[in-house]
Amino acid sequence: MGNVLVLCETKDGALKTSSLPAITAARQMAEKAGGAVLGVMIGSGIEAASQEAAKYVTKLYKFDNADLGNYMAETWAPLVAKAAGEGGASHVVATATNLGKDLMPRVTALLDCGMASEVIEVLDAKKFKRPAYAGNAIATVEVTTDKVVATVRQTEFEPAAEAGAGEVVSLDAGALDALGAVFEKLELTQSSRPDLGEAKVVVSGGRGMKAGENFKVLEELTDMLGGALGATRAAVDAGFVPNDLQVGQTGRVVAPELYIAVGISGAIQHLAGMKGSKIIVAINKDEEAPIFQVADYGLVSTWEAAMPEFIEGVKQIKG
Amino acid sequence: MKILVTAKRVPDPEQKVKVKDGMVDLSGVSYVINPFDEYAVEAALRLNEKGAAGGKAERFGEVVILSIGPEKAAVKEMRAALAMGADRAVHVVANDDDLDSEIVARIVAKVYEQEQPDLLLMGKQAVDGDSNQAAQLVAGYLGMPQACFASQIETEADAKWLRTYREVDGGIEVKKVPLPAVVTVDLRIVSPDAVRNGQTDPGHKYEDGPRFASLKGIMKAKKKPVDKKTPADLGVELNKRVVYHGYEAPAERAGGIKVKDVAELLDKLHNEAKVI
Repeated sequence: MGNVLVLCETKDGALKTSSLPAITAARQMAEKAGGAVLGVMIGSGIEAASQEAAKYVTKLYKFDNADLGNYMAETWAPLVAKAAGEGGASHVVATATNLGKDLMPRVTALLDCGMASEVIEVLDAKKFKRPAYAGNAIATVEVTTDKVVATVRQTEFEPAAEAGAGEVVSLDAGALDALGAVFEKLELTQSSRPDLGEAKVVVSGGRGMKAGENFKVLEELTDMLGGALGATRAAVDAGFVPNDLQVGQTGRVVAPELYIAVGISGAIQHLAGMKGSKIIVAINKDEEAPIFQVADYGLVSTWEAAMPEFIEGVKQIKG
Repeated sequence: MKILVTAKRVPDPEQKVKVKDGMVDLSGVSYVINPFDEYAVEAALRLNEKGAAGGKAERFGEVVILSIGPEKAAVKEMRAALAMGADRAVHVVANDDDLDSEIVARIVAKVYEQEQPDLLLMGKQAVDGDSNQAAQLVAGYLGMPQACFASQIETEADAKWLRTYREVDGGIEVKKVPLPAVVTVDLRIVSPDAVRNGQTDPGHKYEDGPRFASLKGIMKAKKKPVDKKTPADLGVELNKRVVYHGYEAPAERAGGIKVKDVAELLDKLHNEAKVI
């Protein structure tokens, strides 16, 4: 029998919605492994969040400690491993958020097992599909150790629904050792826009935008749609916009409901980062541009000609 | 300081990878240093020099490159890192198919123990396997502090710590780690002022991106020492914990349509796709 322990992250004292897809994946693994789904939550003042999370699992292990308020891999990894031992878990699962990506390999090291990263499909208890080569190939992987750690891609599993009322079990974190590392502060992005990775709409510009100041047009559209602004590596390299806007293999991989590519030709490197989007719109003056091969709706036009009318039209639809 | 930097050989990410007969077809692809590792090499060099205009930097400390890969093939990538200015390299000879994240991490940990650097610096992930595990595993195995996805690093001359600015969900986390530590770098680590070492003038701005090797650097790199080892030399067994059973091509996107004008585009997005 193998229970599946899922990491439940918190945000502002509540269960983080990005953890719900991991719970769905955990349920699939638990079904294959013949075990129950357990949760682990770590933090400070997480009573309400743990009650909320318990609705999704049969048992939720809680480490609630003033010194655990800020995430640190050094102190959190041993606690996840401890909860796994407590719950007789064969599997430990988390969503591949930045926290999950940072933490789970360290948990893997402590459990002395193998790990599958960014799982997109559960084939069997230890067999998964996951993207490699920036999504250009989907690998079937099998973890051969008794214990299994996995992160799952948020966009590939539906958010879990509540499943009853699980029990919240407080565990003692014991002495914490951060190995000398110090959390100093968290600087939340000043932008009022959503994070690129979580935005439902992404508007991106490429080298075709010609200059940084021309991105203002895209920003206007982005804000009207409540989306995030993105860019190609070429636009970043040309100095139009900062590095952190880069969508692509070496930037952020995004999968929004709507991706609007403006002045983007569609280099492989860029396509790899956005072709999982639900609806792709491309506006480019070159009708041969590769971006049109992945676009659901393509418009052959310069952005100068198309964007004012497009923005005006969106304004009217949004009323 | 003494810095150990990993440099993995990966298929050039600018080329399209094809899946053929359940395998990734690597025939005819050219290889480069994993871009994130190249950024780590750049960051290591910036930490270990007094940067000045025109690339005339005064170097100190030591930058050691570690590459794990096939006999002949890894050499090009290591020489490229040496040509950028690294001092010497360790080459652990192994076929890519015999490795997984755990084996790589065990090898890196062993070389770390032999070299005893002040800092292990790695790219945040390799762009072929995309696993994003090795550095965190090494930190876990060795019980060392870790700071992953750093977009900025600060320290002072002779300091025994690094202040890292980590790209986390929703912003930047500032984490200070004592040395020795394991740090991985993200894209912005090669921004003009992303690395501050207390010796380079704080007003100094680097060129954005990793440096190009000069002709002189390339010539010098040919004479820099490369220490060859095998996983067996390091006592690491090749028992994979994660086995790849094969690959398939991702689902192709169904062919879209071209609209004739903005009005039609708006109509489709509003009434057909219902996304606006």
